[in-house]
Amino acid sequence: MSTVATMIPPQAPPPVPPRPYTLTRFVGSVALGVWLALGVGIFLTVVNGWDPEKFAKYGPRFLSGLGVTLMLVSISIVLGALLSLPIAFARMSKNKLWSWLAYGYVYFFRGTPLLAQLFLIYYGLGSFRPQLETVGLWWFFRDAWNCALFAFTLNTAAYQAEILRGAIGSVPRGQREGAAALGLPERVAFWKIILPQAMIVALRPYGNEIILMIKGSAIVAIVTVFDLMGETRYAFSRTFDFQMYIWAAILYLIMVEILRNIWSMLEARLTRHLKR
Amino acid sequence: MSGLFAGFYSILSWIGSIVDPFCGPVGVFRWLAPGTLLACGDTGWGDDIAYGFVVTASLAIATLPVGLLIGFFIALGKQSEERTIRLAANIYTTIFRGLPELLTLFIVYYGLQILVQQLLATLGYEGPVEINAFFAGMIALGVVFSAYCSEVLLSAFKAIPHGQYEAGDALGLHRGRTMRLIILPQLVRIALPGLGNLWMALLKDTALVSVVGLTDILRQTGVAARVTKQAFEFYGVACVLFLILAMISSIVFANLERWTKRAEMGR
Repeated sequence: MSTVATMIPPQAPPPVPPRPYTLTRFVGSVALGVWLALGVGIFLTVVNGWDPEKFAKYGPRFLSGLGVTLMLVSISIVLGALLSLPIAFARMSKNKLWSWLAYGYVYFFRGTPLLAQLFLIYYGLGSFRPQLETVGLWWFFRDAWNCALFAFTLNTAAYQAEILRGAIGSVPRGQREGAAALGLPERVAFWKIILPQAMIVALRPYGNEIILMIKGSAIVAIVTVFDLMGETRYAFSRTFDFQMYIWAAILYLIMVEILRNIWSMLEARLTRHLKR
Repeated sequence: MSGLFAGFYSILSWIGSIVDPFCGPVGVFRWLAPGTLLACGDTGWGDDIAYGFVVTASLAIATLPVGLLIGFFIALGKQSEERTIRLAANIYTTIFRGLPELLTLFIVYYGLQILVQQLLATLGYEGPVEINAFFAGMIALGVVFSAYCSEVLLSAFKAIPHGQYEAGDALGLHRGRTMRLIILPQLVRIALPGLGNLWMALLKDTALVSVVGLTDILRQTGVAARVTKQAFEFYGVACVLFLILAMISSIVFANLERWTKRAEMGR
């Protein structure tokens, strides 16, 4: 009878086989290398072309342009949200006339480019100057900033009305019936039960709409509003320095990324009761 | 040979002039607007605007395959097992979804110009270089389209069950054939509504290329508006033309969706 006298000493695990160098890895390295080279190239051009004089001259202008962009977008989003409420309700109403009118409004503003709408309001209404002067609205439409604000508000109202309508439509019928069974008046049921649930669904599209507005607001530069893009074009036309566009691109990217992160945090916070 | 092409081209343009919906023999502008500002020929702006319509439509149609192709490969890259590819693809979408389309267009338009100029300068050619606005617009819009398209395709890829790939393996199909015969037909069906929305956005974005001088709808109507001082009417016409494009595309996409879903009809 034999017993085990000695144990086999513990050994290190066999070495991990080296990852084969596949075509995929090569493509990945090349793609990342291209981005890295681009990043380094942009950094070097910025460093090499750094001109304190230019920075002192156009830096403040860029900041004021950033302020104009942010102000334009935030005001038009808020006004558009207010305007979108009646449009969404008209769209959902049982009255054929109202629903068709709202549908036409939404279809027009979603089917045509924002640039064309802006031109229609800024240049187009300009040809109605006598009529506008008699109504006393000419002072408003004379200014490019006001026209841009007006066009953006109308445009985003159409998009937000669709978001709102979709979100309200997505709340199950049972919620409304439950509220009715509890004897809640319709107004209370809407504000306390339907809308909070609809807003969770609408949160992501609202975020996308704000990002689209930030990006879309660049076109006001064409009608002589000095937003971030307008200042960039101004600086470029003075200096013919391509860096200006890079600066604008970085600023826009930072804006959009900050907003995107805020929005994902908001969403995580508001939907925490849905997580398991 | 060139004579043959010229003859072919003249036949094509003759057919085009016959079926031209604006200024042809049965065109809208010819019948509804003779003698007005929208008349065809030298007296009105009808033919110029019709030309702009063609340019807008062809820019969008030319951009679509570029964007779809790049977007498809970016979507593939995003679900790659290799981390570097995923990272590179994500950088691509972050940048081009975050930049305003107008800025992308300017960067491509002026940046390409500067690049080509420097390249030619090293080759010994010193002179002004002008990038074609159509080409620059195609690149810029294609890049933006592809960034959004990759997101749509990625979510469509995720909606296809893994068993479909395994079925392809079980049948002994090569990876490319699995993709072509099994995955792509389902992918198109799932992604089509999202792609339809992107197409609409692309149609509207083509208006931006008028800023760098492409003679599209908005450019032509803008010129007409400046010359005739009837801005509201002409920009209104531009909006109506864009609406017509949107309507045509929504009809086409509805039919396409029905066509891709034809296998599900009986159920």
